[in-house]
Amino acid sequence: MSTRIIRVVLPSPLRALAHVGGEIALDVTGDVTLRTVLDAIEARHPMLRGTMRDHSTKQRRAFVRFFATERDLSHQSPDEPLPATVADGTEPLLVVGAMAGG
Amino acid sequence: MSGVRVLVGTRKGAFVLTSDGARKTWKVDGPHFPGWEMYHIKGSPVDPDRLYASQSSGWFGQVIQRSDDGGKSWNPVDNNFAYDGVPGTHMWYDGTPHPWEFKRVWHLEPSLTDRDTVFAGVEDAALFKSTDGGASWNELSGLRKHGSGAHWEPGAGGMCLHTIVLDPTNANRMFIAISAAGAFRTDDGGVTWTPINKGLRSAQIPDQDAEVGHCVHRIAMHASNPQRLYMQKHWDVMRSDDGGDNWHEVSGNLPTDFGFPIDVHAHEPETIYVVPITSDAHHFPPDGKLRVYRSRTGGNEWEALTNGLPQQDCYVNVLRDAMAVDTLDSCGIYFGTTGGQVYVSSDSGDNWTPIVHDLPAVLSVEVQTLS
Repeated sequence: MSTRIIRVVLPSPLRALAHVGGEIALDVTGDVTLRTVLDAIEARHPMLRGTMRDHSTKQRRAFVRFFATERDLSHQSPDEPLPATVADGTEPLLVVGAMAGG
Repeated sequence: MSGVRVLVGTRKGAFVLTSDGARKTWKVDGPHFPGWEMYHIKGSPVDPDRLYASQSSGWFGQVIQRSDDGGKSWNPVDNNFAYDGVPGTHMWYDGTPHPWEFKRVWHLEPSLTDRDTVFAGVEDAALFKSTDGGASWNELSGLRKHGSGAHWEPGAGGMCLHTIVLDPTNANRMFIAISAAGAFRTDDGGVTWTPINKGLRSAQIPDQDAEVGHCVHRIAMHASNPQRLYMQKHWDVMRSDDGGDNWHEVSGNLPTDFGFPIDVHAHEPETIYVVPITSDAHHFPPDGKLRVYRSRTGGNEWEALTNGLPQQDCYVNVLRDAMAVDTLDSCGIYFGTTGGQVYVSSDSGDNWTPIVHDLPAVLSVEVQTLS
């Protein structure tokens, strides 16, 4: 299986928690899906486990969203392929804190 | 030279306030973890440089932070609070069964004897323990699996385990309190638990003296007499002289016996402090006057402490974990408000002065006395 470099932009609270700057780059082997990208993020930055999805059920936290190609991908299956431009590294997957809190 | 370090948790970050033993001039450090709710920060009695902090957010959930240098630097540790087995249901506000769901850590209580052992009280109510400095957590599930668990209901703030009191003379004994289930005690290190609510009466539940169902807000103990416990209940200030087996009311002449925190003087086991709040609907002090009340007789006879506190137009609240005492010779009393003030009295409550005026709403205050 091929390994691709995926770009991800985390929201600022998670960048602070993980001690990373703006954009991160991750190696993802095989299919590029929300599940495999989140797996890669959590493997590289274990302190982010539980902050985007539940530890055990892997269900997305209610106020976390995943955007790319100007679309909200939050509600698609975690095993559905991400857009080709994310998979080939042309553009990043955006992890966003939902508008909430006024 | 002695000094104090005050650990303040707020709605939008943590602050560390330090002073020498005079407690006149203060250094304010923070915000740490800006933007996050910091429900509680507490240091190990064994190693004061070991701090534990509960960091949470409606967006990103629960994080536990640990410091090994007195708060200069922090590192996240394990945040996986997985209930033991299938957690089942408790009662919801409307009386229907509701699945047990982890929401946040309200209180962290480090061991009295081991810096790597720490207890966590969580919402939905359960008690967790770590013996590796927070690197992993395991539920002491005998509490939640007490036969009454399916009937516990949340208080207005959620169904939270917010109070953990360790007995300094008996490593197997500890006390916890849950809103709104009541107080429980273990005598076997957390394996089995007994409700200790005899003597409590709560008009908000159908059976007013039920074994469980009371909204206990806070319990305090003096280390010299672990049999004596003080309780601020939703309404009523209570005292037990037999390790929680029986309680009796000591509200006495308080202007209102609703409130959240209760604490004990470091050197006077009969001297206790509460902050009367108008009512459960009016979460502010009576008459717009912020008054700490002190009893030097273990309750019943109370005096208002007002010097230095606002005595008009004050409508803040003081939450359950937002009061603490230091152990300097002249005992210091500290409390924080939902208006963002943290007050100190370096003379057992006779005179007060604000350390800071304008923090975010204060959720918790702990103090470390440093040598």
